[in-house]
Amino acid sequence: MLDFSKNFFELFGLPVGYIIDTDQLAARYRELQRVVHPDRYASASGQERRISMQGAAQVNEAYQTLKDPIRRAGYLLSLKGIDMDLQKETTRDGEFLMEQLELREELEQAREKPDPYKVIASLVADINRRITALVGQMAVQLETASPDQLEAAREILRKMQFLQKFRYDAESLEAELDEMV
Amino acid sequence: MALLQLSEPGQSTAPHQHRLAAGIDLGTTNSLVATVRSGQVETLVDSQGRNLLPSVVRYTTEGVVVGHEARSQAVEDPLNTISSVKRLIGRGLDDVKTLGGRLPYQFRQEQAAVPRIQTIVGEVTPIEVSAEILRALVQRAETALGGDLAGVVITVPAYFDEAQRQATKDAAKLADLQVLRLLNEPTAAAVAYGLDSGSDGVHAIYDLGGGTFDISILRLNRGVFEVLSTGGDSALGGDDFDRSVAEWIMQQAGIQEHSGHAMLRRLMRDACAAKEALTDSAVADFDVELEDGSHWQGQLTRAQFNELVDPLIRKTLIPCRRALRDADLTPQEIEDVVMVGGSTRIPRVRELVGEFFSTPPLVDIDPDRVVAIGAALQADILIGNKPDDQMLLLDVNPLSLGIETMGGLVEKIIPRNTTIPVARAQEFTTFKDGQTAMAVHVLQGERELVKDCRSLARFELRDIPPMVAGAARIQVTFAVDADGLLSVEAREQSSGVKARVEVKPSYGLTDSEIEGMLRDSIEYARDDLEARHLREQQVEADRVIEALTAALERDGDELLSAEERARVESALSELVKIAHGEDQRAIKKGIEALENRCEFYVERRMNSSVSKAMSGRSVEDFE
Repeated sequence: MLDFSKNFFELFGLPVGYIIDTDQLAARYRELQRVVHPDRYASASGQERRISMQGAAQVNEAYQTLKDPIRRAGYLLSLKGIDMDLQKETTRDGEFLMEQLELREELEQAREKPDPYKVIASLVADINRRITALVGQMAVQLETASPDQLEAAREILRKMQFLQKFRYDAESLEAELDEMV
Repeated sequence: MALLQLSEPGQSTAPHQHRLAAGIDLGTTNSLVATVRSGQVETLVDSQGRNLLPSVVRYTTEGVVVGHEARSQAVEDPLNTISSVKRLIGRGLDDVKTLGGRLPYQFRQEQAAVPRIQTIVGEVTPIEVSAEILRALVQRAETALGGDLAGVVITVPAYFDEAQRQATKDAAKLADLQVLRLLNEPTAAAVAYGLDSGSDGVHAIYDLGGGTFDISILRLNRGVFEVLSTGGDSALGGDDFDRSVAEWIMQQAGIQEHSGHAMLRRLMRDACAAKEALTDSAVADFDVELEDGSHWQGQLTRAQFNELVDPLIRKTLIPCRRALRDADLTPQEIEDVVMVGGSTRIPRVRELVGEFFSTPPLVDIDPDRVVAIGAALQADILIGNKPDDQMLLLDVNPLSLGIETMGGLVEKIIPRNTTIPVARAQEFTTFKDGQTAMAVHVLQGERELVKDCRSLARFELRDIPPMVAGAARIQVTFAVDADGLLSVEAREQSSGVKARVEVKPSYGLTDSEIEGMLRDSIEYARDDLEARHLREQQVEADRVIEALTAALERDGDELLSAEERARVESALSELVKIAHGEDQRAIKKGIEALENRCEFYVERRMNSSVSKAMSGRSVEDFE
């Protein structure tokens, strides 16, 4: 396998940190793909094509990870030695969970509403606002990243995962409604 | 082309040699071939000056007929004349039955996954029929260009699934073509529109062909075409419009459902003619000869036609909405909508699509030729005729890929609209003591239940070392290449044993079936298959030698110690010795041996190219 560099940030020539210049990230992504993409090796030997495909897949993975604020948070935490099992661990913040239950109920009822798309859209907008707020909190915690702050960041990430799952389910419901047309 | 020639364009050591390449639009209704000649891209015409080759193949005892002649014989010989084969390629018999079409062919009823059509010369698969169309196009190109094609780019609908892509590639293999890339049709159209540095921004490509519908949302930035999302319906197109009209005629004229094949063919032809007429005129007239010899005459107005096809057009807007959602965009954020495919000539299609995206659609390039033109431009670059070109196409996989888990549920491993190439790994374990084998079922689709997704393949992992239940850690890696084709590798982590993977494609042909078809085809009855394999190995050996020699010249001293360089050179000279021998297995082994010994060097060069691309970069460089 290729060993481009130690981590995704270094691969893109960016400082390790939660706050990221997304335009710069995208520009460097394109630069990297220009070098490694298999189309650059369409008439090369089988070996070069194989390695280029591995390289391009790694660059894609790195880009997708850094681009998404939730995946970026998880990746940064893993660089700091915190590997979460997100399947198993979940937030114990009672108030947050209560709110989530209420939002879930609204989503469940959306399909019976006269304009379900509108209900879903407003729920998704609400969720996006919550995620944005958490991204801000995450940036604060990860700036100096003391052990306490890392614990706090971990808790924020658990909540982010929750919200992301909600957004995913809302989109699935939309897709389901589309199919009934 | 060697690695550093790419990162330092324009410094190629090898003398520039123009190689013949072509772009092929293998369409449902019509196919085309295009090429770049003296810097100009053009679609190639037949001896009568026609661009389009009808995608119709007729099998007769005297030989195979492709194109216009075959199409004109479809009515008189419906059972041996295959049209719209693209609707069948990569599909199973069950899919074919539910395609909604009253397909006028006789399928052999059997367990085989690949539908076989009975003809006067025996059974043919959709892959073989497609290969005939490809052969006809290649012949046209080679006659026009006066030489053999070194490689082709074949376009496929973006929404084609893995089985359909694999089947298309198999057809190319049968036609003896070197496929540089399977390119998504909307991406090809974007390239043809020259949506280059002048039109940076987000664009939608609406592609409604004869049998498929595709929508792609892509962002253009300094020559990089980044597909953000794609969607569509691989069984919706102009054929369905014809069918709606044909059904209307049947209703009006009192024609029975179970009429003969020839009757149905004629109705479809009349319906298609009416549809085309209604693009320019307000009414279309019919005169249909019924089976009892009497005539039915009628008239269809454009307003009536619009009413008939509106539900179909609205059906295309659902994937549009979903693709926008996946790209996290609203219709208003789309700068341009490019129209592709013959069916976008229908005024009502343009009207509704324009309404949806709130912008008048772009229709400047002939929608029939735009895809082939884009494919030819890409083929010219991939074959190496334009080493300085900075164009790059980044595509996505159209459908989620996953595996079956407990309870008939699907676990997604690679979600739809992930940029390809991509590789993702997933770990499994055994559930019984001493278990040495495990079945993995690969699925494609967005639904949660196995029964609602499409089965792609079943893998059997064998030779797992016996352990207590739950101790084995089997890592299965799914990789999707730039063509959108999936491959799977499995490894038991704790022991390092590489588990054997047996692939049973659910809807494709096995390698041995393809080999068998090659052997059976007339071309290879004369031409020995062994000789072909030998030539392939010799060509690959030359490619490896050439690439490595150029690489050593360029950076051998920089990246290798004297001792390493000597090792690489001695390995190289061993392959040179046998590269033109007569033993294809020995050449194959020689290539593998050389590659094993040089892998570190190729990787080092790739790493070096990457760090060079990123070194000294600062924000200013990009702005």
